[in-house]
Amino acid sequence: MLAKIKEFLGIEAKPEELASKEEVEKVAEEKAKPRIGYVHLSGCTGDVMSLSENYDILAELLTNMVEIVYGQTLADVWEMPEMDLVLVEGSVCLQDEHSVKELMEAREKAGLLVAFGSCASTGCFTRYSRGGQQANPNHESFVPVGDLVKVDCALPGCPPSPEIIAKTVVAVINGDMDYLQPMIDLAGYTEAGGSDLQYKVVNQALCIGCGTCAMACQTRALDMTNGRPELNEDRCVKCGICYVQCPRSWWPAEQINKDLGL
Amino acid sequence: MVLGTYKQITLGRSTDKQIQKISQDGGIVTALLTFALDEKIIDGAVVAGPSEEMWKPTPTVALSSDEVMAAAGTKYTISPNNMVLKQAVRQYGLEKVGIVTIPCQTMGIRKMQSYPFGVRFLADKIALDIGICCTENFPFESLKTFISAKAGVDFELVEKMDIGKGKFWVKTQDDLISFPIKETHGYEQNGCKVCLDLVSELSDISTGSIGAPDDWSAVQVRTDKGETVFKQAVDAGAIELKPIDEGKFGLEMLTKLAKSKKEKAMKEIDRRKAMGLPVPYKGSSEKEDPLANV
Ligand SMILES: Cc1cc2nc3c(=O)[nH]c(=O)nc-3n(C[C@H](O)[C@H](O)[C@H](O)COP(=O)(O)OP(=O)(O)OC[C@H]3O[C@@H](n4cnc5c(N)ncnc54)[C@H](O)[C@@H]3O)c2cc1C
Ligand code: SF4
Ligand code: SF4
Ligand code: SF4
Repeated sequence: MLAKIKEFLGIEAKPEELASKEEVEKVAEEKAKPRIGYVHLSGCTGDVMSLSENYDILAELLTNMVEIVYGQTLADVWEMPEMDLVLVEGSVCLQDEHSVKELMEAREKAGLLVAFGSCASTGCFTRYSRGGQQANPNHESFVPVGDLVKVDCALPGCPPSPEIIAKTVVAVINGDMDYLQPMIDLAGYTEAGGSDLQYKVVNQALCIGCGTCAMACQTRALDMTNGRPELNEDRCVKCGICYVQCPRSWWPAEQINKDLGL
Repeated sequence: MVLGTYKQITLGRSTDKQIQKISQDGGIVTALLTFALDEKIIDGAVVAGPSEEMWKPTPTVALSSDEVMAAAGTKYTISPNNMVLKQAVRQYGLEKVGIVTIPCQTMGIRKMQSYPFGVRFLADKIALDIGICCTENFPFESLKTFISAKAGVDFELVEKMDIGKGKFWVKTQDDLISFPIKETHGYEQNGCKVCLDLVSELSDISTGSIGAPDDWSAVQVRTDKGETVFKQAVDAGAIELKPIDEGKFGLEMLTKLAKSKKEKAMKEIDRRKAMGLPVPYKGSSEKEDPLANV
């Protein structure tokens, strides 16, 4: 995985495999402006809206740094081209042929596939779907994209904050693999919910009652009772953010010291 | 390095008589937060405020010096201060939030600032994090046991609790009762047993009583932000300083206790890892400095 991302970032170009100088230049030119795609499956568009809230870096990003080569409303193309990176928003509905096909094709045509937002990475609130609804009662099973294809990194959040998107973009541009490591690790976190706090923190003798989970929850599904998180299942959308933000789930010490200048 | 990175270490206390009276140690926390409020360095502060139940704190957004003062003093039980941060920003509309945190809460805030996955427009609004020392914390029921069973006093009558000189102290209007801190063992929360941070290594300014004489605090100034605020507060006369004793009852003691907390936690971390239990920190064999908070 690391090697693949490094390749995407051009950190590990392999000039010896290339026949001529022209080809090297061609590769360098292509590398200079990564080709990005956006695949919109069963998500609410919140993720792309959060992305677009990065007004300060967005113009520069879209005009000079990346090329958007695929995406509804973002690029005027029907055929999916080869892409360096594809952002997938939304979970995938197993009964929706088009979604499944588009996801599979994206995996084939993209160097890196990012599960963008909680619906794509954990299934989020689409986990509650049981079919039988209007429009298409047959659309019953919505799963995180990682259930069908290999995900290279995940950016959970309902939606991911504009800041984490900006920080990730900056890390990608700088080739800061240390910063991106948690996103690579989170690709495996596909079954999420507020009960993770009980299973993976409280039950493991790790909770210290700091309240970060309750602060992070976007739906106010969490309260703190006697120093421990208490979940209101009815409000939980299974985004996984409480567990992701908990200081006792994973601990990015080096990054924090760097950010604080300590 | 067992005390983390700091720019300055000193003894300090509030110059305000009222704060001196109500605060736990040197009143550094209350002095800094009220000063920062008055100077508009922050427009509100998250503190462990009083609740309907005596000695059971509730995380509170304080907007005035009076509200900060009402939260002075240590409550030896869990106050999930981080939980109201979002409220402070969204509901109270604060742009510059101050907060007092024990080390593990500081860690939650710093992780959120470095990786704000689902937390939107909050990371940059934390203007000041004052960390307090912490050896361990207790569930509320444990605290009740200490007071009623071990000290044998009515909860309502307690004026102050303190841990120091190897003892747990309970002060009432006419009594000062103590019992050995050893007797609190087994009552602390379990998550504390893997905690590697005594002094809030990641806060802007941290303070505690270890290494300081009575009614003074030991203070570590850590970040650039912390340095600016601390200097302003000292220059304005809100806080007075004196050098910390380098010897047995000063810096040496603080270093010794920080180190022993880390060594104890590392033993527990290694033990849990050997059993296959999850711990977010590295085992001793996985890191260069076996006592680093990583
Ligand atoms: C659980 C706990 C354990 C501690 N253990 C040690 C120790 O081993 N060694 C040591 O030197 N110091 C320890 N302290 C810190 C010490 O008791 C004082 O709080 C600290 O020195 C600050 O004193 P002060 O006079 O500057 O604060 P004050 O001006 O009295 O203000 C204290 C501040 O702490 C906040 N606070 C009180 N209780 C809590 C709580 N439970 N959680 C979060 N915030 C709270 C209040 O909101 C208030 O703003 C501990 C504190 C706590 C909460
Ligand atoms: S964030 Fe984690 S450690 Fe903190 S209260 Fe929630 S579950 Fe406990
Ligand atoms: S409790 Fe809140 S943060 Fe946690 S998974 Fe549920 S909705 Fe998300
Ligand atoms: S010992 Fe550590 S984990 Fe426990 S309350 Fe104190 S700072 Fe938090």
